[in-house]
This record gives sequence, structure tokens and C-alpha cells, in this order.
Amino acid sequence: MNAAQTPVTNPRAAHLPTDRQQRAPYSDAALTPPVDVVEDSGGITLYADLPGVSRDKLSLNIEAQTITIDAESAMPLPDGLQPSHTEVGLARFRRAFTLSNELDSENVSAEFSQGVLRLRIPKASHAQPRKVEIKVV
Amino acid sequence: MYRSLFPRDMFAELDRLQRDVQQAFDLSPTIRGLGRNGFPAINVGSTPNSIEVFAFAPGVDPAELDVKLERGLLTIAGKRRSELPASETDAAVHINERFEGSFHRVLTLPEDADPEAVEAKYRDGVLQVSIQRRASAQPRRIAIQ
Repeated sequence: MNAAQTPVTNPRAAHLPTDRQQRAPYSDAALTPPVDVVEDSGGITLYADLPGVSRDKLSLNIEAQTITIDAESAMPLPDGLQPSHTEVGLARFRRAFTLSNELDSENVSAEFSQGVLRLRIPKASHAQPRKVEIKVV
Repeated sequence: MYRSLFPRDMFAELDRLQRDVQQAFDLSPTIRGLGRNGFPAINVGSTPNSIEVFAFAPGVDPAELDVKLERGLLTIAGKRRSELPASETDAAVHINERFEGSFHRVLTLPEDADPEAVEAKYRDGVLQVSIQRRASAQPRRIAIQ
């Protein structure tokens, strides 16, 4: 290995290729936030617990029929804080759901307050419950 | 609390395994246990001047949160209301993972925690409690005559 060519920032990771050194091995790990999902005749409401997340660190993506919630929690920590008991060990939340066809993914609305995300996914208008006329012959 | 539902989450599985092993081999198990379960999830850290407790309790009305510090015990209690509709309406609850109801968690704090100097803030669903440590516990240089 030619140590003169690649600057080694972490001596313990010297054997890894340079781009691997920059990224922590588990950088994509995220916690799965607990959710509540309720369906009524108009659509689906989803509630997700995302504590420590501020509005700008929350992203909602809808691609094909999948909705993904991706959030980063950040809390102002005092200098030199030494953790002694950790139950929430990651600062990232991620969860994805597949939407079924009758849900209108174009008109999803979301509200976020005090760490709780409230998503409303309406049913497409053609899928709203309609009474079927019965002709008496 | 933020348990994994999917077996491919390595962190949650390893954490659970570590906890089980720790409990099996604990030489002096505290009567309050390891306290890993329950709402809200808690992280504790310390600086030379203070003890910081973070309780992850989103969607709780601050008026329903009760934080007490007494004889070295920090109690975080309260109630979280359910957002789910009553069972009479024609709504179907498909997934119900979020905690609902009354909660009560107790932590022991080290001896140098000063009960007169406690501050609590609730922001973005996280309750942050800061307890100052008594000055005498902080390292002091002793002048040599």
C-alpha cells in the first residue's frame, strides 16, 4: 500500500479504500418509528412518532405507489456530553409504506407538530363509496 | 420503544441480544432493572456540571407532563391521549403501534445531583431535563502552600 499517495485520516481504517473511510459503515441505519394507521370512508390517516425532529429535517417522498418518511432528529446538546444510558441510539428515522391503487397519492396532506406527523391520504374520487342504484325490474 | 419490526435491522437485534446477555450476567442488578422498555424512551448523559435526561415523548400536552425530582429520584410521568377514533365510528384501525395512556418512568440520579437546580424544556416532542451537579463534586484544584 502506498501511504504517500492516499492521505489516511483514520489510522485504524488505513486498510479500507479512502471513500469508505469518510463514511461510517452504518450511515444508512435508521430507527423504525411507531405508527398508527386509521382508515375511514374518505381515506387513510397515518400518525408517526418522530421525536426530536424539526420541520426542516423531515422529508416525505412519494414515488410510484410508495410513500417514504425520512427524518433526522437533532437536539441541542451541551458540550462534552458523555452518554451513560441510551435507548434511542440513532438520530434517524425511516419508514416506507406501499399505497394501494384507490388512494390518491397526488393529494396527500401532512401536518407536523411536537414530533408527531399526521398524514392524510384521501381516496381517489372514483373510489369514494357510492351507493349503487338497484333497478327493480 | 423504537423496536425493529423487520429482522433486517441489525442494530435492534444486537441491542436486544446485548441487553439479554447483560441481564443474565449482571453482578449487582439494580432493583429498578435496566429500564430499557417503556414509553417514553430515555437517553441520559452527563457533563462535568450537569446531568442531562432526554425523554422522547412526542405529542404529549406539556400540561399533562409531570417531572419531579425527589431524594435522588427523577420521575417523568404523564398521559398521552390517543388520536384514534372511538370504536363506534365506521373507521378501521389498521396499525396501532404508538403508545397511548398514562406513563410513569423513574430514574435514579447520582448523589451529586442538585434538586434545587433543575430545568426542563419540551421541544419537538423531546423533554430535556437538565440537573446541575453540586459544586462540591466538581474537581477543584488544591493550592499547595
